[in-house]
Amino acid sequence: MAKTHVTMKVNGAEVEGLVEPRTLLVHFIRENLQLTGTHIGCETTHCGACTVDIDGMSVKSCTMFAVQAQGSDITTIEGMANADGTLSALQEGFRMMHGLQCGFCTPGMIVRAHRLLKENPSPSEPEIRMGISGNICRCTGYQNIVKAIQYASAKINGVEFQEAAE
Amino acid sequence: MIPGSFNYHRPASVADAVKLLVDLGEDARPLAGGHSLVPMMKLRLATPAHLIDLHGIAALKGISRNGNNLVIGAMTTQHELLASDEVAKSMPILHEAALLIADPQVRYRGTIGGNVANGDPGNDMPALMMTLGASYRLEGAGGARDIAAADFYQGAYFTALEPGEILTSISVPVPAAGHGYAYEKLKRKVGDYATAAAAVVLTMSGGKVATCAIGLTNVHETPLLAADAAKAVIGTSLDAATLKKAAAAASAIMAPAADARGPVEYRKHVGGIMVTRALQRAASRAK
Repeated sequence: MAKTHVTMKVNGAEVEGLVEPRTLLVHFIRENLQLTGTHIGCETTHCGACTVDIDGMSVKSCTMFAVQAQGSDITTIEGMANADGTLSALQEGFRMMHGLQCGFCTPGMIVRAHRLLKENPSPSEPEIRMGISGNICRCTGYQNIVKAIQYASAKINGVEFQEAAE
Repeated sequence: MIPGSFNYHRPASVADAVKLLVDLGEDARPLAGGHSLVPMMKLRLATPAHLIDLHGIAALKGISRNGNNLVIGAMTTQHELLASDEVAKSMPILHEAALLIADPQVRYRGTIGGNVANGDPGNDMPALMMTLGASYRLEGAGGARDIAAADFYQGAYFTALEPGEILTSISVPVPAAGHGYAYEKLKRKVGDYATAAAAVVLTMSGGKVATCAIGLTNVHETPLLAADAAKAVIGTSLDAATLKKAAAAASAIMAPAADARGPVEYRKHVGGIMVTRALQRAASRAK
């Protein structure tokens, strides 16, 4: 099958490549661009490990073809840190609140939570839980992931994070 | 899992898309949000030789008011429906149902056109569109035609869409001011299709039901309008006996498949409960 030339912006850098139409975006990101932070979990659009941010949308990159991302602006987990290389509020939240155990779902969780907080900087706990309902974690039971996002929300809003009593 | 090989086309107009569909014949499939088709292609249950991506067609996007109708472009995503003030204000049941579809990521990509055109009995929008009395615009080489949602579904994945036609927009009459509404969906988890679901749109007058429409999702090979159940509640105050009668009338037309969501009897039983709950919640919201 003839290959197609694609160009897009990934984490602020212009990138290009030759892909077959059937190449999924997640494979282009991991194999062509060697950005392996975006994970492949279920491959069936359920788990959210492959979530990337495309033109302001959280998208499961296993369910979109690379040719469809022509001309788009993509952010992956590798683009989540602050410009000076320090941890973003979300990354810091996951670290401080122990928001990961094995870490497999974490890139998808952070990229998804990034868009959630852009759209709603002060989500309630139910809003956070619904907001990450397309991401599956098999370790933590979500409690600390929710806390990590609450931590980031507080930090973004310039207030001190108060952990709710359990 | 990687799909089989295919040729990718990205037309910029409906006319170009229709021409591609006609020229390429049955080996071509239109691609909307892709969140039903791409997983099927990865499982090799769908192996189209040509994909015609509709994302490049600006005319298929957007929500506009045309008189008493909301006209929704086929490529409008569930996320865009949820973000629409017009939908939230004039057709809140659409907002309520869209929130119960899949998960946030899927809703950024999944489209209302794909949801209604695919003919999947598990999809939520078809029964809702039948309940609201919506019509679909289909465009093909011979021009455009409109068809009522209630006449569109013929069987699981079989619809009135002819080869070479694309569903381009949906026209939905805005329900009367003060109407009550509810979409009740029983599902096992976020992202699942309904075990059974019911849509209700009604109006009340003097404490009694004046008008009512009831739609059913995933309890038959097509979405259903529960006309007898709706008729049973008109003129009543939705007392316990009436609710029981309506649920029984709705269950009587259900013919769900036995699958991982449960045996036939269970799905019919909970289908009746969804109807009851939707009626009660809709009535409580009516003004």
